[in-house]
Amino acid sequence: MEIDASKLTQKELNDAIMDCMHSGVKKIILRNVYGQRYIGTRLYSPNNKVEIEIFGTPGNNLGAFLDGHRIIVHGNAQDGVGNTMDDGVIIVDGRAGDVVAMSMRGGKIFIRDSVGYRAALHMKEYLSKRPVLVIGGTVQDFFGEYMAGGIVILLRLNLGNTLHEANFIGTGMHGGVIYIRGEVERHHLGKEVGVSKLDEKDEDILKRYVGEFAHYFGMDKKDIIKEDFTKLLPVLKRPYGRIYTY
Amino acid sequence: MKSYLLPEFIIERNEERCIRCRVCERQCAFGVHYYDEELDKMFSDEEKCVSCQRCVVFCPTNALVVRPNPSQYKLNYSWNREKISDLIKQAETGGVILTGSGNDKPYRIYFDHLVLNASQVTNPSIDPLREPMELRTFLGCKPDALALKINSETEFIPNVMIETPIIFSALSYGAISYQAFNSLAIAASKYGTLFNTGEGGLPKELRKKYGRNAIVQCASGRFGVDPEYLNCAAVVEIKIGQGAKPGIGGHLPGEKVSYSIAATRMIPEGTDAISPAPQHDIYSIEDLSTLIYTLKEATNYEKPISVKIAAVHNSAAIASGMVRAGADIIALDGLRGGTGAAPKIIRDNVGIPIELAIASVDKRLREEGIRNRCSILAAGGIRCSADVVKAIALGADAVYIGTAALVAMGCTLCQKCYTGKCNWGICTQDPYLAKRINPEIASRRLLNLLRAWSLEIKEMIGGMGINAIESLRGNRDHLRGVGLHEWELDVLGVKGAGE
Repeated sequence: MEIDASKLTQKELNDAIMDCMHSGVKKIILRNVYGQRYIGTRLYSPNNKVEIEIFGTPGNNLGAFLDGHRIIVHGNAQDGVGNTMDDGVIIVDGRAGDVVAMSMRGGKIFIRDSVGYRAALHMKEYLSKRPVLVIGGTVQDFFGEYMAGGIVILLRLNLGNTLHEANFIGTGMHGGVIYIRGEVERHHLGKEVGVSKLDEKDEDILKRYVGEFAHYFGMDKKDIIKEDFTKLLPVLKRPYGRIYTY
Repeated sequence: MKSYLLPEFIIERNEERCIRCRVCERQCAFGVHYYDEELDKMFSDEEKCVSCQRCVVFCPTNALVVRPNPSQYKLNYSWNREKISDLIKQAETGGVILTGSGNDKPYRIYFDHLVLNASQVTNPSIDPLREPMELRTFLGCKPDALALKINSETEFIPNVMIETPIIFSALSYGAISYQAFNSLAIAASKYGTLFNTGEGGLPKELRKKYGRNAIVQCASGRFGVDPEYLNCAAVVEIKIGQGAKPGIGGHLPGEKVSYSIAATRMIPEGTDAISPAPQHDIYSIEDLSTLIYTLKEATNYEKPISVKIAAVHNSAAIASGMVRAGADIIALDGLRGGTGAAPKIIRDNVGIPIELAIASVDKRLREEGIRNRCSILAAGGIRCSADVVKAIALGADAVYIGTAALVAMGCTLCQKCYTGKCNWGICTQDPYLAKRINPEIASRRLLNLLRAWSLEIKEMIGGMGINAIESLRGNRDHLRGVGLHEWELDVLGVKGAGE
């Protein structure tokens, strides 16, 4: 099913997508998307999962609270991609704005290029629900802030030999793991994270998700993976446990 | 380090009455009472006592009295005992002082300076025992105008009906025990009103049965927020702030994140649940609007969206922005609002009294012609049915009660909620303590509270000659101030008594 979004308001477009889902359509193609927000957010449906392919630029909170659907964007996305997303996959063949994957609780997000501030903020995990975010480019400040769970992989493919400029990486982090391709200088890290060595499990994780990333964007996995990665883990599970009197 | 603190309370045990049954010892999670077998005598560690009065109530022979320790420093109005004690605690630990429940400082309680009207001669009063009296309240956005034609153009925005203008305020599972949380849910659903899940999620097994009586929160930590949680509820509330701790985040320590709390909040067992101070996707009114509409989308435009803020200096202007951003309900939490844990310095010094906030927000929204577009929920320091009536006359649609509901279940305001050792089984995750709350009995106590207050509200408004709570909303003519300054009367929008 194809929908031309050029003359539709945000609500009309989402009405149309919901109608499609309820009528049993499994794949919806949106053309001429021009800043319409909340695409995918209304599709709460425990038994009905769809794939949405977007041509154009979706607006803020793309796939917020997403309930297990699959969204592919051919273009750039704006702020709040996958905000508090529950499950599903979002693939952005371009860049994305601020707070990507904020409070994300499950599913996977792949962004080909760079993202803005506070990506992966307060991502969390519970048992088998372990969200994954892979960013091909670089990030801005407060990447992984308050992170409480999940897997974040930063590939910085568009940086060449230069280092990251983002500061306060992992500030307040108390769960989850961040892998960064190449080195990160200590002064770019928040005081709650430490650098540790990769083990076999980490290699498996990288192979799996970098592989998936490379597959979506037609890149060579081996090229990406051959470089060393820095692994960031929280120093404490309880960064603020000792600031109170009795 | 030897502590220089004076014991706060003194425990007097009447030895003639004491039968050494050791009930006091078993009831106290703070470990105050102990039995010496050799001497066959009960002793107490007074330093540990929090004066929750549990042992006093449960002593079968009324042998115990717990009262403030009469020892005092030299009288000093500036350096009073509390100031000195707090300073000693900090000198001994170097930490932030935590506390629970609401602000206990002697800020003026405006409810106690407002008196209600009653009909005499010129307008008959109504007897609620014999005449219909309406407390039913609809929460949510109302249309600007009504087109009274079949298939009319008026677009109705979903409202939620409650049978009395009293709602249980946000008390999360985690802050309070499962049993206490469950009791609130049962009472709300039986009476036809709402309870608020706070930020702790709504356990899956309660969703089907109590979801339609739940206000579910989407707060800065987004704990336990999933699509089903949002869709099972009556109202979704974006929590921006809380009266007890405006502007700061929350922090459920790892030791309280048990197996089932972890499952409800959806975080690993034993990790801290940190709620950031701001919601990081909201840095402006425009961003707030984005989240409001995201939640409307996520719930198919079927539910009112509430936004809760702490009452602060610019509440009126902020509220105006919130309504324009699309909030269907504005929840205001005042200076005296309670908490399970907050830095004492914040609780006692930040925010403004709820009475002034209700009046200024209601006035501002009326002036701007947008009051119909939202309901106002007032919270923070509602202690009795007269406070409810006064809050509504000042402009609220309904009130949130938190502390009052806890007191109905047994709370005695010892303010030690943050320790997790609540002897009354409310603010604890210790199964031994939590089972002291029997949801069947506790919910009955809550139902009694709702019933009693509702009856009293009917009596009060009936006396004014009003037969529907709706006619009282913002009806400040029925209020008069006593002992207030002109600026206070002005902000409240009421005349002085006798005027």
